[in-house]
Amino acid sequence: MSSGLKTLAASLAVGAALSLGLGGAMAAETPKKGGVLKFVVPDEPPSFDGHRETTFALVHPIAPFYSLLVKQNPENSMDPTDIICDLCTEMPKPTDGGKTFTFKLREGVKFEDGSPVNSSDVKATYDKIIFPQADVSSARKAYFVMVDKVEAPDPQTVVFKLKYPSSAFVPALAVPFNFIYDDAKLAQDMHWYEKNVLGSGPFQKFERQAGAFIKGTANPNFYEKGKPYLDGFEAIFAKKESLRVQAIRGDRAAIEFRGFPPQSRDDLVKALGKDVTVQESDWNCVLLITPNHRKKPFDDVRVRKALTLAVDRWGGSQYLSKIAIVKTVGGIVFPGHPLAAKQEELQQLAGYWPDLAKSRAEAKKLLKEAGIPDGFKFTLNNRAVDQPYKIVGTWLIDQWKQVGLAVDQQVQPTGPFYDTLRKKQDFDVSIDFNCQSVVNPLLDVSKFISEERSGSQYGGYTNAEVDKLFDAMNQTDDTAEQRKMMRRMEKIILDEEALGFITMWWYRIIPHRTYVKGWNVSPSHYLNQQLSEVWLDQ
Amino acid sequence: MATSELPVTAETAAPRRKTAWQQFTRVAKRQPLGVAGGFIVILIILMAIFADVVAPYDPTAMNYSAFTAPPGSEFWLGTDQMGRDVFSRIVHGARTAVFVGFVASFVGAGIGLVLGVGSAYFGGKIDLIFQRVMDIFMSFPLIIMALAMVAIFGTGVDKVIVAITIPFIPRCARVVRSSALSVREMPYVDAARSIGYSHTRIVLRHMVPNVMAPFLIMITAFVGQAILLEASLSYLGLGVQEPIPAWGLMLQGGAELYAESAPWVAIFPGLAITLAVFGFNLFGDAVRDMLDPKLRSQ
Amino acid sequence: MHQYIVKRVLMMIPTLFGAAVLVFFLMRAIPGDVCELRLAGTGATFDPDALRLCQLELGLDKPLIGQFFSWIGGFFIGDFGNSMWTNQPIVDEIGLRFQVSLQIALMATFVSIVISIPMGIISAVKRNTWIDYCVRGFSIAGIAMPSFWLGILIILGLLIGSQALYGEPWMPPISYVPIWENPSENLAMLIWPALATGYRYSAVATRMTRSTMLEVLREDYVRTARAKGLVESVIVNRHALKNALLPVVTVIGIEFAFLMGGLVVTEQVFNLNGLGKLFVESVSNHDYTMTQALVMLVALIFVLTNFFVDLLYAWLDPRIRYS
Repeated sequence: MSSGLKTLAASLAVGAALSLGLGGAMAAETPKKGGVLKFVVPDEPPSFDGHRETTFALVHPIAPFYSLLVKQNPENSMDPTDIICDLCTEMPKPTDGGKTFTFKLREGVKFEDGSPVNSSDVKATYDKIIFPQADVSSARKAYFVMVDKVEAPDPQTVVFKLKYPSSAFVPALAVPFNFIYDDAKLAQDMHWYEKNVLGSGPFQKFERQAGAFIKGTANPNFYEKGKPYLDGFEAIFAKKESLRVQAIRGDRAAIEFRGFPPQSRDDLVKALGKDVTVQESDWNCVLLITPNHRKKPFDDVRVRKALTLAVDRWGGSQYLSKIAIVKTVGGIVFPGHPLAAKQEELQQLAGYWPDLAKSRAEAKKLLKEAGIPDGFKFTLNNRAVDQPYKIVGTWLIDQWKQVGLAVDQQVQPTGPFYDTLRKKQDFDVSIDFNCQSVVNPLLDVSKFISEERSGSQYGGYTNAEVDKLFDAMNQTDDTAEQRKMMRRMEKIILDEEALGFITMWWYRIIPHRTYVKGWNVSPSHYLNQQLSEVWLDQ
Repeated sequence: MATSELPVTAETAAPRRKTAWQQFTRVAKRQPLGVAGGFIVILIILMAIFADVVAPYDPTAMNYSAFTAPPGSEFWLGTDQMGRDVFSRIVHGARTAVFVGFVASFVGAGIGLVLGVGSAYFGGKIDLIFQRVMDIFMSFPLIIMALAMVAIFGTGVDKVIVAITIPFIPRCARVVRSSALSVREMPYVDAARSIGYSHTRIVLRHMVPNVMAPFLIMITAFVGQAILLEASLSYLGLGVQEPIPAWGLMLQGGAELYAESAPWVAIFPGLAITLAVFGFNLFGDAVRDMLDPKLRSQ
Repeated sequence: MHQYIVKRVLMMIPTLFGAAVLVFFLMRAIPGDVCELRLAGTGATFDPDALRLCQLELGLDKPLIGQFFSWIGGFFIGDFGNSMWTNQPIVDEIGLRFQVSLQIALMATFVSIVISIPMGIISAVKRNTWIDYCVRGFSIAGIAMPSFWLGILIILGLLIGSQALYGEPWMPPISYVPIWENPSENLAMLIWPALATGYRYSAVATRMTRSTMLEVLREDYVRTARAKGLVESVIVNRHALKNALLPVVTVIGIEFAFLMGGLVVTEQVFNLNGLGKLFVESVSNHDYTMTQALVMLVALIFVLTNFFVDLLYAWLDPRIRYS
């Protein structure tokens, strides 16, 4: 990663972060030791194996038990490009024309059972993630398409050999699901970690009560001296959002790491005053509008374009940010990232024009040209989740009403919802979603490449130019070039070909008890959850 | 309609000359709760029928300059989190509630009636098998059955009705069956059979009219339950969907989040549900009191 | 009597088997499966290979009939399988939840009895007076309120009330401790849902108490007692109540059975880690094995309750046995 990009990213990120609390200033205070951090988690994780699961409900209670090779800097959590060492000693400079990364590991690190952590564990871990055996499930092997092989020449050295230089590699390594496992356990049984927890992270002594909580106790031999500050943590599962908010208020839990709606923040601040601190951030998650290209009339680019032209994103940003966890208007790249479109670039795109009246007139004109009658009915497929799916969906229906489209909403639970997208494929227009941990736009935009290559592009289109740009971006480390290609790709997707659309980016609001210190909000609810820096001011 | 049926009970059936008003006051004295319930029911039905006239605003129109506006002269019951008029939504929500409640309970109880009477009439193996099948459905918790149905069929008013109707069928069938069993032994049914009337005729002409009491009791009980069940499904995120105005849905989005900062968003739809179910239950209880032969001879 | 019992026990089998068939195919009729859901986390980077593998691991690729019989077969050797979501043994997963549900059902039933019996009696004795109307209005209002609405109002009321009184907001604990470990913490959590549920479900029992009381009060021996000059309260307590109790006990018994596993919404509102919450979660996670096990458990409770009720009646009324 170029240093120029890094500085740019840092300045942008600081601009994007609105920290109402004292997040940054915390470093000045001396951390106190002791106490148990109680936090609420909406769901229970399916298994404990981070390599196979995809939910944040696994990260929040399980990440504190593990170390990673590299991680997002917890003290500079708003900068999506600040990646530092966890188990390694120094971030390596790539050699061999950007194709070889050599990591040196810390010495003396031990797993909870006393066995040492060395390069063979790291290799076994990444081999499991990148090149899983036939009967092993890895959710993120697609992140590592550029990796040729992983080697462990000596106990303290791990080498990653790439097929081609790629800026997407280091962010992929830092994905918080990439827990370092013990190669001995993996050799015994590749599925061992699904039911067991054994790591080298800041916490240990995994304890679970089915459906109720997961607890961990501080690891006295943790490699960062003096940490963790906490005696332990307790992750309490609570499905209902209102209950989680109330839990903070009634001090049954100190924090929830996913994010609350704006109204809950206001209620908590009003009720608790200085006992609550609010941290906020743009969120690396976004809801998409996906028209079904297989179905008439959405095979017509004019109709698709009218859909995006009808949507008042700039206005919606103001209104919706009062009632839903969305806020920032953006293109296909996370707004806090250097590769994202600037406001003046965005305003060139259909659906982002500053003149709403002109935009809607154009939408009506296009619909007329395409032979769509006034009051044309179609159904919006949506997921049965309130925040922000149903709110954004209901808002979109109102937007489309303004250009004479009568839209129904079909809301489905998660299972049937994905079944519709992946198997039935019979929807008219659907809400879809893209949500990533480490901000890695080069890979994150794989959502928009051709159907047969993406695996998660549900519109059902093929576009050779988008695919070509995607590949070219990923196989260079020239940021200026990447940025140019990204703009071109964005123009094709959102405007010229109107393949699929972005609504507004999510906005993460974490109101927590003020006595929780040392935790900094980040652009993703997957990131910064090891809790080694967190302490309680009590 | 509530009052016109009442005077036919054993005790009040006497003089026909009495004016409607006199009859009404008589009933009101005997069954003040039932009459109160009847009033609520009529009010809600009228609200449902004339929703377009009564509601001052389009229930789905979002007003971006009036999010959670408090009750006042412009918006009588305030606006919700999307700037929609709460009163208009409650009025239109009555339509959804009445529609879901009545269709689900009539269809559910209707099918239950046919199955229950049929099973009792034919008896023997058919009855035995039928009873076991009903047992199976009864052994499922109502809400879980509805939840699975919604997951299978999807959400939306029509599908929610199906989801609510299915669990009602065995509940009605059981009650009807046990009444029908005693009717079957009556001499006139035997007589009808010996004359050689068809099964259909005997069932429809002789048995069905005699199990109308439990049937009506079940229907009135179901309407309230259906409204509550719809609200519960909405709470679990699987009921009627936006932007259709429905009480349970209004609560689901609003009650939890706005209960404190904008209580009107949470209180009024909750009151609407409570009042409606309360009304239907009071009315249903009165119907039961009048139709239940054990209590009639008081 | 023995013959009757044997007959009734045998009749449970088809019901349970039918419930097994029903839940098995019902769950599989829901579009999507547990694997699709597990991989739904991020929206992007969905890997079809991972999906196939997951389905293979869980045996979801096998023919349905085979899956069904291997599941049923498990019952006979006491193997209820693993949850498809957490991959943990189902017996372990259900164990704790059962305890929570049992306690809440017992407490709610107790509340329901405490409310319904005296109220039903008062309402029968003071029939058609304003006292009667108030009692009935109160009890019907309970069942008319959406349970989650009541729950939300209770929690919010506690938070606001405690802050107004003591300056610090208080709410019931959100994680369960067994009563023998920490009785006060346990009760602080469960008392609220028990009150809410008990009140809601008292309506039916109140009604039942009232109407049976009315019936009994008209019976001859009460008239005799009254004629003998016994004081009204003695009549009510000694004579009428005993006879009125049986149907009321039945209703309460059936409600108790319902509360085990039926408290789907209340458990969500109060974050009670009981069977109802597990039910909803397992249905929405497409956790077939767990939902199946839960349905079988609830069905078993249901048929057993019915069995005991029938037995009670048969014991009291010999005619039933021979019909």
